[in-house]
Amino acid sequence: MSTEFDVIVIGAGPGGYVCAIRAAQLGMKVACIEKRETLGGTCLNIGCIPSKALLQSSENFTEAAHGFAAHGIMLEGVTLDLARMQTRKTEVVTANVRGIEFLFKKNNVTWLKGAAKILGEGQVSVDDTTYHGKSIVIATGSESTPLAGIQVDEDRIVTSTGALDFPAVPGHLVVIGAGVIGLELGSVWRRLGARVTVIEYLDRIVPGIDAEIATAFQRVLTKQGIVFKLGQKVTGATLTDAGVTLTMEPAKGGTATTLEADRVLLAIGRRPHTEGLGLAAAGIATDARGRVVTDAHFATNVPGIYAIGDVIAGPMLAHKAEDEGVALAEMLAGQKPHINYDAIPSVIYTWPEVAAVGATEEDLKAGGVAYTVGKFPFTANGRARAMGSIEGFVKILADAQTDRLLGAHILGPDAGGLIAECVTALEFGASAEDIARICHAHPTLSEAVKEAALAVEGRALHI
Amino acid sequence: MATEIKVPSLGESVSSATIARWLKQAGDAVAADEPLVELETDKVTVEVNAPEAGTLASVLAPVGAEVEVGSVLGTLADGGAAPAPTPRSAQGGSAATAGIHVPPAPPGPVARPAAPAPLPAAAKLLAEHAVPADAMAGTGKDGRVTKGDVIAFLDKANKAAPAPAPAPLARPAREVALGEERVKMTRLRRTIAARLKEAQNTAAMLTTFNEVDMSACMDLRAQYKDGFEKKHGVRLGFMGFFVRACVAALQEFPAVNAEIDGEDIVYKHFVHMGIAVGGAGGLVVPVIRNAEALSLAEIEAAVGRYGRAAREGSLKLEELTGGTFSITNGGVYGSLMSTPILNPPQSGILGMHKIQDRPVAIAGKLEIRPMMYLALSYDHRIVDGREAVSFLVRVKEMIEDPRRLVLGL
Repeated sequence: MSTEFDVIVIGAGPGGYVCAIRAAQLGMKVACIEKRETLGGTCLNIGCIPSKALLQSSENFTEAAHGFAAHGIMLEGVTLDLARMQTRKTEVVTANVRGIEFLFKKNNVTWLKGAAKILGEGQVSVDDTTYHGKSIVIATGSESTPLAGIQVDEDRIVTSTGALDFPAVPGHLVVIGAGVIGLELGSVWRRLGARVTVIEYLDRIVPGIDAEIATAFQRVLTKQGIVFKLGQKVTGATLTDAGVTLTMEPAKGGTATTLEADRVLLAIGRRPHTEGLGLAAAGIATDARGRVVTDAHFATNVPGIYAIGDVIAGPMLAHKAEDEGVALAEMLAGQKPHINYDAIPSVIYTWPEVAAVGATEEDLKAGGVAYTVGKFPFTANGRARAMGSIEGFVKILADAQTDRLLGAHILGPDAGGLIAECVTALEFGASAEDIARICHAHPTLSEAVKEAALAVEGRALHI
Repeated sequence: MATEIKVPSLGESVSSATIARWLKQAGDAVAADEPLVELETDKVTVEVNAPEAGTLASVLAPVGAEVEVGSVLGTLADGGAAPAPTPRSAQGGSAATAGIHVPPAPPGPVARPAAPAPLPAAAKLLAEHAVPADAMAGTGKDGRVTKGDVIAFLDKANKAAPAPAPAPLARPAREVALGEERVKMTRLRRTIAARLKEAQNTAAMLTTFNEVDMSACMDLRAQYKDGFEKKHGVRLGFMGFFVRACVAALQEFPAVNAEIDGEDIVYKHFVHMGIAVGGAGGLVVPVIRNAEALSLAEIEAAVGRYGRAAREGSLKLEELTGGTFSITNGGVYGSLMSTPILNPPQSGILGMHKIQDRPVAIAGKLEIRPMMYLALSYDHRIVDGREAVSFLVRVKEMIEDPRRLVLGL
């Protein structure tokens, strides 16, 4: 087998495998190194895809158990077969990762199985073989951030990986961290019957999300039975026969309290994954947070070595990594792609969903930007009423002078799908009025986006 | 690799231009230095040439768009082929497995209209104000005109015509009556109008007069014009004498050659002599650089060349900027007397007029002499009356006795 490549990508997650395929499409000879038994990285194996499989299954269960009756569909004795649900999740994951294998074959991307070590400019070793690449791309992703005093065993105390594989519904699941991962997986187990408590160090949930949306989101989740303990610092966890005893104290200082849990999910964030890669020996610079330092063209300080995705600065999102992978491959082919980092959407796949793109109201206040706000609740949207999913609202932020769209924030049914038109509008430099003037089909949820855009000028029609 | 075609430096005090017309269309193959696009500036029409051979890949600034110096007009792609070669087959992707992370299909060359449609709210505003979309450069994706662009354009248009003048776009123009014709001012005419008014609004403008006996110059010319033309290849006119006389007088009275810059006066140790000439589209003032270093023949040659270029409209921008003093000759049209308007930021302009035989008293006797009235308009803020009058007297003395030019007297 050849050991000479145009491009060697380290990591087959969404950033790495997409970069490899795109580079191959552009006629380059490409290898992709992956130590996991399957391709697809965290996202496909233990992240986005399995969690969405469980979110869908658990949502269906909730509907069947509690929602159908309102529609006149009377079911009796709805029961949960968790083993079957987990098997289905595994089937979904397997289909996806095999799909990547197929795409590698189709595009003649060589999969080098094993752990990579960068030896220096143009050289990477996998096990005992040295490979040469004109360009080397670090796409090793991220891992769960540990917390002092909490020893993860992936059984009682788990990261997202373990929380996808509980063999039984925990009686009491305590989630440390009210971020995207904690709330999605907390939702899964809450729907399946667990008592769920979320502990957060900050005094708000989902930092980075528009505060008004976050407040409404917390209210919705609380109604679903999730208990929040905000402004609390977890200081330790002790395994007991019954489960885990957590100790915590108010973040601002005060009396420590304890909390009994059957299982604990640690989800305080993710950090770049570079262990064993040999960055220091190769002289590749990292910043204080362990992220590989890159320039605007994803180049590290070592010639011919690049980095993309979670391992560099920016939001840790699969679609951000994918876009960077495509852009880098095209740059290596001499093209001049561009990524607009101001128009990267983010979605929380609870139900209702949360989706956002662009600036939050807090961003605009901090930046001293004069803005106008338009809001429209799903209670006034015909389709949402028909669906029986009327929680949440659309919030549009526009420049006070030019009406240019600055941000869009949605809490509501299928918010993740609805945000797409706002991303397009933002990218095209559209105004709020543009969104309002584009025809939206009736009756759809997207009419709520249009009405919020109308509301920017104070002329929403249906409220 | 695509090369950006940018608006070149347009000379001092010129920061923007209007796209007059594209000489090449997107997709056309072009040779190096071949003209691509014509820009109309406040002063002249400038051609932008291809920096290298290739294909005009995109046209980003439509006709009529206002563009700043350095902004990108379009892009030039390598080679004679269409832009963006298709990278391998694009089909397939989604055929694999439902739900997998399918990469986006690689973009092939997409036919793109030269000027993308304005965004919906922008289109509405444009229609309401009867402004064409190509009147402005769009800031949206691929240069699309956004609502904000139109608002900014309308604001600017309103500010450009302050009260009491009606805002040209905010209010419909009055009806054209029978026997009238409405013609849009060219950019050059608008600039001339604005600059002349600026001069009147800014400078403390004053004109002093004198008259000059042209006998000596005419005798000299009659005597040497054939030999001069044979040797230098240019006709011996009077302009050379006046330029030389002004240069000498300016060196004696530097305030007339200076300009006001904020709180300071900037004196110049050189004379860039502007010569006003009637061009095809209006008055232009090409500049003879370092006139103090030029011979009479070189000055005459420059005057002749600029006169032709002005009529043809082929003056270059750098030939129209940087003047420190100007001469205007209304005499060619028969003017006997006039008060010229300054060419800001200059502080002096000499007006020449028609040579006319007039009776004058010479040493107590009445004689008929070829006489010309001279006018010097000056900025009284930095030029005192004594300096202005003395300047004009010096010019008169040297023209009446050209030997002084040789002797530096």
